[in-house]
This record gives sequence, structure tokens and C-alpha cells, in this order.
Amino acid sequence: MDWNSLILLGVLATSLVASGVIFLLAESRLVLRTVVNLTAAVLKLVLVGWIVLGVYQAIEYEFRFTIIEGVDFILRADALGIMFVGLSSLLWLFTTIYAIGYLEKAPNRSRFFGFFSLCVASTVGIALAGNLFTFLLFYELLTLSTYPLVVHRGTRESLRAGQVYLYYTLGGGALLLFGVVALHVLIGDTEFVPGGSLAGLDPSLHPMLIIIFLMMVIGLGVKAALFPLHAWLPMAMVAPAPVSALLHAVAVVKAGAFGIARVVYDVFGIEFAQSLGLLMPLAVAASITIIYGSLRALAQTDLKKRLAFSTVSQVSYIVLGISLFGPIGAVGGLMHLLHQGLMKITLFFCAGNYAETLGVHKISELDGVGERMPATSVVFTLGAFGMIGIPPMAGFISKWYLGVGALEAQMNWVLGVLILSSLLNAAYFLPILYRIWFRKRDRLWCEGKVLGRFETQASLLFPTLLTAAFALAAGILAGMPFSPLYWAELIVGREYLQ
Amino acid sequence: MIGLWSVPLLFALPLSLGILSLLVVPKWRPRLIFLGLPLLAAASLDVLAGLATVGPTVYRLGDWAAPLGINLVVDGLAVGMILMTTLVTSLCALYAWVYLRDHPSSTTFFWPLLWFLWAGMNGIWLAEDIFNLYVGLEVMGLAAVGMVALRATPQALAAAMRYLLAALLGSLAYLLGVALLYGAYGTLSMAGLQEAATNNATTQVALALIILGLLLKTALFPLHAWLPPAHGGALTPVSALLSALVIKASFYILMRLWLVLGPEVTPEFTAQFLGVLGAGAVFYGGWMAWRQHHLKQLVAYSTVAQIGYLFLFFPLVTNTGPEAARLAWDGTLMMLIAHALAKAALFLSAGNLILAVGSPQISHLVGISRFRPMSLFSFGLAGVSLMGLPPSGGFTGKWLLLHSAILSGQWWWLIVLFLGGLLSAAYIFKVFRMSFREGPQIDRSVTPPLTLDVTALILASVAILIGLTAHLPLHWLRMGSVFGVG
Repeated sequence: MDWNSLILLGVLATSLVASGVIFLLAESRLVLRTVVNLTAAVLKLVLVGWIVLGVYQAIEYEFRFTIIEGVDFILRADALGIMFVGLSSLLWLFTTIYAIGYLEKAPNRSRFFGFFSLCVASTVGIALAGNLFTFLLFYELLTLSTYPLVVHRGTRESLRAGQVYLYYTLGGGALLLFGVVALHVLIGDTEFVPGGSLAGLDPSLHPMLIIIFLMMVIGLGVKAALFPLHAWLPMAMVAPAPVSALLHAVAVVKAGAFGIARVVYDVFGIEFAQSLGLLMPLAVAASITIIYGSLRALAQTDLKKRLAFSTVSQVSYIVLGISLFGPIGAVGGLMHLLHQGLMKITLFFCAGNYAETLGVHKISELDGVGERMPATSVVFTLGAFGMIGIPPMAGFISKWYLGVGALEAQMNWVLGVLILSSLLNAAYFLPILYRIWFRKRDRLWCEGKVLGRFETQASLLFPTLLTAAFALAAGILAGMPFSPLYWAELIVGREYLQ
Repeated sequence: MIGLWSVPLLFALPLSLGILSLLVVPKWRPRLIFLGLPLLAAASLDVLAGLATVGPTVYRLGDWAAPLGINLVVDGLAVGMILMTTLVTSLCALYAWVYLRDHPSSTTFFWPLLWFLWAGMNGIWLAEDIFNLYVGLEVMGLAAVGMVALRATPQALAAAMRYLLAALLGSLAYLLGVALLYGAYGTLSMAGLQEAATNNATTQVALALIILGLLLKTALFPLHAWLPPAHGGALTPVSALLSALVIKASFYILMRLWLVLGPEVTPEFTAQFLGVLGAGAVFYGGWMAWRQHHLKQLVAYSTVAQIGYLFLFFPLVTNTGPEAARLAWDGTLMMLIAHALAKAALFLSAGNLILAVGSPQISHLVGISRFRPMSLFSFGLAGVSLMGLPPSGGFTGKWLLLHSAILSGQWWWLIVLFLGGLLSAAYIFKVFRMSFREGPQIDRSVTPPLTLDVTALILASVAILIGLTAHLPLHWLRMGSVFGVG
């Protein structure tokens, strides 16, 4: 075992070990728990940074051992995987800080942070999985470790949400399992290789492959909240704000979208998928989800619910980008994996800040909030602009690339979808901004918490500002090395040159 | 010969310890485990070492040749079962050592019965002829019935009585079948039957009787009715032993016989029929488990369901080609071992939860995740394996079975594995759902001794780990079988 595979294990182990230690800590060990949490998060970030540099120089990182004959457990860092790892480790750090502040004095924090770390460990496993078996292993582990977070509050409503979450994800997981086993029977261990490994199969197997693709995409589409498999996501909004951030930006929906990218690029291969005619239906499904999510978001009166439906819509941009046959659309989709994560987590943090500081949950209660909480409101505005796709925010760059990619792939109708969706985004975000900045406050806020020097607790405010800064930088500095755009181009270069 | 001299010790030791425990004063009975467990562990490991050095062999007891003496088979399967038994029984014994302090009246007979049970099981794993298998079945069955009766309540006694009837009826049917085979072929040994047996009416009747008897003892649906009251109502360590190990013994006999007789004699129709019964068990058991209100009854019905998976072995191994058959063998054994570990862990942790809240009702577990996280964690790990979710032994077994079903073109078993997994998720999460609920804040619970939590946690962890390292045990288990290389 060499250093490189040890580093890879280290990335996984940091959050896994942290989770084990936190489970064992007594509820009252606040300081020790915080130290363990933050040390693990920072350590992980350092290791990931190291690997990012390595992957950039095309160094191979791989760790494998045999589970049963013909099935290996493989961890491998490639450009696509490490991008997802980078996102989740960065956001894990911020979300942990946020959650420590958010859950101050709340019960069951050992349980919460234990499962939280386990969740991140599963996400890292998903990102680094080198074959379908390993991917499936961590994909199911993610389901199991998020359930306790969704039901964390233990109310009737959250238990109901947890139940729905399980119906969807366990059902989807079982379908995915079928697809994976069927591929195994056909070609043996399915490792992820750029360009895929199915193109050489006998044409008589193609109908079978199409069924397998469908099963896998449905299985993954559940977590990616593709219409009509999205219903669990808005329901899961009953969980505490850091969990929403985790579901929407760091782990769960991302794992679904990332899995679809893996299946299309590294199992089937983009050209083979195109020749089987699989990309068009995927693009249509993504487009329907984009429009549907935006329409539903319009109708919501609850701030977090509106953001949830906005996620349903935004995550499908990633899927749309993957399904556009051509490098530019792919860059747009992959880049949006990072952009959406950064922008959405900012918006959820803001919503959490409003709720924690002022007890504001409904959009109609936001009148005049800008005056009371200017920093949070500025950041919220930036995030909303990003989602609408106003330059120079990161969301604009994603949409630009998606649009150009659609033209390149000669799917001009996608342009219409993008424009309509941007209009709808504006229609559901601008009224919120209007209320925040231009309406006068018309009610008393219940300001329960004792605050520090800032408009809200420092541990809530600073992570919000930092993620917003990253989202802003991703847009303004898109031309710099190691920006999301730069990295997405690197991935696509490696995928399409095969 | 290294290792092999300890083969007879595997049942001689527990037998002598059983007798010894009847002779010493009651206070000393539990303490015998500190003598017995290390010795049996050493003997089991020694046999494993023997298998590794000399390969699969037939051990002749007292060096007498077959018709006169007793042959013991030392192959990968037998040794695998022995190691599984040693691990599970040792941990259950440690659990019982602490647990039974609150049940002083039960300790008098628990320990002798435990040793006899162990001797019976090891006898079955090693026996090479179908009559000695019968002897093992009787020793094990009677000890098991006695253990169920230990909790001298009317319900427990009724359950034990039912169990006794089922066990005796099962052995009787099995013995009739054995007698028919002996009458027809003049041999009792597996090797002899493999050569002599042909497909005729006598063989078919004998096979039918043997299958019937063994199904009754394994509690395969629809012959399962005795199991839930017996397993669910017994003392916790007893429940764990019975569900994890005892029902596996009769399945093991059927599995061995099936392969020995070969596709010449074993009709495909019967194989499919056994598979259908297995499917029925998966659905009915899962459904009933989900409907239970008592925690241990839920776990007991889960056993009824899990037995069903094992019976998919027969359709998947009969006339399906070497690769699919090997996968079926691997998958079934992985399922069997994973279930043994996970079910023991599930019963023990369920016992801990019941001790903690002082009530067997699932609805009384409200909020338990706050104050007994460790018991619940073991319950959860074991549950992951039973649901067949990765990473766990249950998942690896399910994966292999799925693979085998697709490869042999029997897609209908896929549906069983698919729905069975979702059903088990439904009943496991039923418990979890309750434990996460925030009820009225009565954070009051008895803290069970640490030993009880630790034994359950070890079993659950092994059930998870074996899924990740399945390569090695599966390689060993194939040694000496038709699927092995050496």
C-alpha cells in the first residue's frame, strides 16, 4: 500500500472516524465534540486539496481490495470524482460550523453530528467510488445515514417525511441494485472508465442495455429529485436548516445527479448513450423537471418550501447538461454541480438565519427584513440573482454554457426551456427581494435568541457570508485556474478525448 | 496430523461439560463457561488450521472403518458452520451469564441444556451419515425445547409443548425417510448414497419424508407456526441461539443431502416448489413481522421471513449450470451466516431495549434513541444486514443470489428478493421510527450491564464486516464441496 492510496483512505476515514467518536461522546461534551468535528473537517479539506493538485497533474490515486470473486471495492480519485469531493468537504466544514450554532442547546446533538459525519463519509465514498458496486454501497449508506437527520425533530410531521423519504430512496436503491447486478452478469465488474465500457457489446444486447439504463437512471433520479420522483424533497424540509443544506447542496440530490453523470460518461459512454438514443429522453425529463419545479416554487408561501422546489428545478440543469451531446453543454452541467451547491447552501443558510433570529418562516413575514438583517439579506439577494442567472453570478455562467451547448447539440428547444425557466426563477425570487428591501416591516418578530455583536449569532452569519463569497468568486473568477469552470473543462477534456 | 485430533473434541467437550455442570453446585454452573469457551474456541480454530493444512478429509472416529465406526466429514462447509456456532454461542453464553442473574430459577437448567445443544449442533455439522444426523437432531431438538420451557410461564410452556410436538414429528418423518433409504440401498453414509441412489419410487418417498421432516424443523412457511411463540417468548439468549443456529441445522442437512443425491434424484419440480415456499415465507413472514406489536415477536417473524431466502438455494442450484449453481451456493451460505450473526445480534439488542424500557411493547420505545443509543446502534447494524443493504453480509448474500437468479434465467426470484428487502426495511424501520419519536419527556430507563450491549454489538459488527471480506470465508466454505477447487 503506497502513500497515494493511504491519502485516499484518509479522506474517507476523517469523517468516518469523526462519526464513530462523536457517537460515543456524551451529550454534554460540547467542546470536545466541536473540536473533533472541526478538526476532521479541516483535515479532510487539506487532504482533498492535496489530491486535487495531484489529479491535476494526472497522478493516479487508487485503493482496492477484493470483496467476492469478480467484485472489487475500489476507491479512485479522478477529475469528476474529486470535484464532488471538493464541494462536499468544503461545504461540510461550513455546514458543521453553522449547525453548531443552529443547534445550540438543542437535544440529541451527539446523534445529529454522528449521522451528519456519516452522511458526509458516504458522499465522499460515492464520489470516489471506482466501480458501480462501490458506488452502490455508499449510495445506500447515504440513505441510511440521512434518515435519522430527516426525522431528527421527532415530531409527527418529520416522522412522516422520513417515511416518505424511505419509500422513495429504498425503492430507488433497489432498482439501482437490479441494474448494477444485471450489468455485472453481462460484463463483470463495471469499473468507471472515461468513454464507458459497453460500446463493444453485441447489438442484440442493446434492448437489455436500454432497460438497465432506465432502471439505473430511475434509481438515481429519486435522489436527484427528477420529476415525478421528487415528492420526498419538499416534505423533508421539516428537518433543521443544516439538514436541508446537506440534502440540497452537499450530499443527497448531488449524489443522484453525480451518479447520472457517472452512468452516462463512465459506464455507457456519452457517444454510446447517444447512439442508443438515451440522451434525448433524459434531456426531456430534465426539462420537464426544470419547468415543473419552477412552477411549483411559484405557488409556495413558505420560504424553505419555495427554495426546495427551486432545488428540484436547479438540479435538473445538471442532468440537462449531461444529456446535451457535446462538450460545452457538459461543461455547463458539471459546473452547475458546484455552482448550484454554493448558491443553494447560501440561500438555505439565509432562510435558517431568518427563522432562527426572527422566527420568520413565511414569505409574507419577510417585509422589511433587509433593514434588520442587512448582511444576510445582501447575501440572499446575491444567491437569488445567481439562481435567476444574472451576470456576473455563477448561475449565469452555467446557463450560458448550457445554452451554447444546446445550440451545439442542435437542440434549440432547450434554449426555450432555459429562458422560460429563468423568467420563472425571476418570478419567484424577485417578489421575495421586493419584500425584503422595499416593504416596511408590518409585524413584530419574535427575537428569541440572545445575540452577539452582529445581526445574528456569529456562527450562523459567517458560514453564510463565506459560502456566498465562494459563489460570487465562482462567477467573477470563472476564468482563473481551479475555478468550477476551469475544472469542468478539465473533466470534459478527459472524457471527450477518449 | 495437525488439528484433526481435536475434531471429536468438538462434541465430546460440550457433552462432558454438560454432564459436569449437572454435577456441580448451581452457583458454579455459569462459571464453567470460562473453562468451556476457551477450550471450544481453541478446538474450533485447531480444526480450521487442520483444514488449511491437510485439506478437506473424512475423519474416522477411533480409526474404525465406515460401517462399524463413525465417519466425520471435515470440509469447508462443516468447519465454517463450526466456527459460526462457536462465535455465536460463546457470545450468547457471555450474554446469558449476565442476563440470567435476574432469572435465578432458570439458571439451574440453562447451562446443562446449553452444552447439550452445542454438542448436538456440532454433531450435525460433522456427521457424515444420515443416521448420526438424526441423533444430532434429537439431542439438539430436545435441548432446544427444554430451553424454551425455562421461562416457566404458561405461555412459554405452551410454546415449548408445541415446539416439542413439531420437533418430534419432524424427526419421526426424517427417521422414516432414513429407514426407507437404508432398506433400499443398505447404506447410511452420504458417500454411499451418492453412489447407490437411483431415481425410483422408494427414493422419492424417502426424499419427500425427509424434506417434510426437515421443513417442519426449519419452520419453513407454512410449517412455521411453532416458531414465533417459541422464539419470541423464550429468554433472550435462548431466542438468539434458536433463531441464529438451531433452525439452520435442519436446513444444513437438507442442503447437503440435496447435493449428494444430485440432479439425477432431486426433481426440478421439488426444487421449484421449495423455492415457492421460500417466497411465501419471505412475504408472509415479512408482512407478519411488520404487524407485530411486541418487539421480540417482530424479530421472531423476521426469522420466518429470512428462512425463505435460504430455500431459493434449491431452484437456483438444480439444473442451472455450474456458474449459477456456484453463485447460489455462495449466496445461500453468505445469507445463512449473515442471518445467524445478525439475528443473534437483533435478539440480544432487542432484549437490551426491553430491559431498558421495562416493556416488550414496540410503542414503549418512544424516544429511546436519546438514552440507549448503543443498544439501538447494534439493532440498526443487524437490521442493515437483514434488510440486505450494503455494506453487510446480508447484502453480499443477496447480491450473489440476484446474480445467480439472472444467470439461470429465473427472473421471478428477483421479485422475491426485491420485495423481501423492502418488507424487511418496513419492519426494521417501524422500530426505528418509534425510537426517534419525541414523546413526553420521561428520560428514565434502566441501564443494562455493559456486557449485554457489547456482546450484541460484536455480533452485529461481524455481520457487517463479513460482507466486506466475504471473499475469504466463501473460498474456505467451497473447500471439499462440488464447487471447490481443492
